[in-house]
Amino acid sequence: MKKANKRKGTALTVFFSVLSLIYIAPIFIIVMNSFKRKAYINRVPFEMPTEKTFAGLQNYVEGITKTNFWESLATSLFVTVASVAVILLCTSMAAWYISRRKSKFSKMFYYLCVFSMVVPFQMVMFTLSKTADTLHLGTPWGLIIVYLGFGAGLAVFMFTGFMRSVPIEIEEAAMIDGCNPLQTFFIVVLPILRPTLISVGILETMWIWNDYLLPYLILDLNRWMTIPIAIQYLKGGYGSIDWGAMMAVLVLSIIPIIAFYLSCQKYIIKGVAAGAVKG
Amino acid sequence: MDKALKKYFPIFVLPTALAFTIGFVVPFILGIYLSFCKFSTVSNAQFVGISNYVKIWGDATFVHSLWFTALFALASIIFINFFAYTIALLLTKRIRGANLFRTVFFMPNLIGGIILGYIWQLIFNGILSYYARTLTFSAAYGFWGLLILMCWQQVGYMMIIYIAGLQSIPSELYEAARIDGASPRQQLFKITLPMSMPAITICTFLTLTNSFKLFDQNLALTAGQPSNKTEMLALNIVNTFYSRTGWEGVGQAKAVVFFILVAVLVLLQLKLTREKEVQQ
Repeated sequence: MKKANKRKGTALTVFFSVLSLIYIAPIFIIVMNSFKRKAYINRVPFEMPTEKTFAGLQNYVEGITKTNFWESLATSLFVTVASVAVILLCTSMAAWYISRRKSKFSKMFYYLCVFSMVVPFQMVMFTLSKTADTLHLGTPWGLIIVYLGFGAGLAVFMFTGFMRSVPIEIEEAAMIDGCNPLQTFFIVVLPILRPTLISVGILETMWIWNDYLLPYLILDLNRWMTIPIAIQYLKGGYGSIDWGAMMAVLVLSIIPIIAFYLSCQKYIIKGVAAGAVKG
Repeated sequence: MDKALKKYFPIFVLPTALAFTIGFVVPFILGIYLSFCKFSTVSNAQFVGISNYVKIWGDATFVHSLWFTALFALASIIFINFFAYTIALLLTKRIRGANLFRTVFFMPNLIGGIILGYIWQLIFNGILSYYARTLTFSAAYGFWGLLILMCWQQVGYMMIIYIAGLQSIPSELYEAARIDGASPRQQLFKITLPMSMPAITICTFLTLTNSFKLFDQNLALTAGQPSNKTEMLALNIVNTFYSRTGWEGVGQAKAVVFFILVAVLVLLQLKLTREKEVQQ
């Protein structure tokens, strides 16, 4: 009986090893093709580069110049990091306030936030881009405000949900000991919120880093592009694509994602599970 | 505490409330209003009643994209959940390297839709080139291509949720069943499946809304080609706004219909989940 189980276990391990290899094959194919000459990428996409087809780093040089890659990377990094930081700080404060001070406003604000999670982006796409235009928010700085506004729903919802399970007595004790609300929040509440901060932070990071349509409609594209926009721009008019540059840029944009994933994998998987159950 | 807090309203809530008003409340209300107008910018809107909504249904591309999206959602619910659940079942058995496999399967989920679209465009075109065809040869290719892409991206995500659900099933149930002489097959259908209903509902709903709102992958993989036949709802709305002059009002009306559709799906889901929770 035990022996049969063991054999079954080994068979499964082998099966999953093969499946995992197939699973990461697309990434491998992209890396492989990024070193081939343009003309051969579409003709023999599944063959290793040979002496004849090897292009060295030429695709990378072209891709980086064509997309202004480093600048786009900087914009993407700035927008993502700053927006997530602002979202975490502002929405956790707001969520604490509305869950501790019961008023009509608190209730209305909470329900509006929940409601906003249901609304697809296309519903507000046009009017949001016009509003942002009027308020001159077409810069990376302005984008932070837009992301705070559009990302607030999920964040407030998740923080408020967590606050309900936190006993109010600790906070009251802190207040009696002479803390003002700001001190109470930063010294007492924020440390308790840590797990939710991580979950929300990860969900919002994944969303903002990969977001295409919102920054595309709001940013002044002559001056700033994020990585997804830069990639889409490689597709010229009439749908022609420079596949050499495309491969190189795809590889370059996947590297930071994989680095991020491998370094905080534990939090990401936990955060996703928590977010899904609540959302 | 209540009173002490009240004075701090501007610090705690105002930034979020202001940004939320700019980023959501105002655009939403304006959006509803504009769906009844003819306009090209917000300032030159003219009220035209429900004519935008009437025009929607005369637009063959919209009706097609609606069916395409619905069919795609159905297919992705079935495929993604089947694969994710099977993998989760196998990975919760004690096998060597389970953590590593989990890491690999989840990874594509972090890659953005635009990047995914171009990765798979190369692969599909590479395979189809053996038959002297391309991905945009027919809508069916686009449909199945998009489905494979979505499976690759989402199976890992759903798998994580299923694993969490499977691990929360108390082991006493299995022990009791074994003592009563239940076969592994009976255990699967009488214990494991019913007990993972909450996770199944969550994942069904997630795949449903994800496929309905799908945009980036659609744009990067086929961009709706050939001749708008693989265009999904979200892409159809964006194209109506930005590629057809004079159709902005209709685009906004489509967006409202789209919103109502998604909202109804979510409400239905919530109701279903609640009912399930009561039963347990």
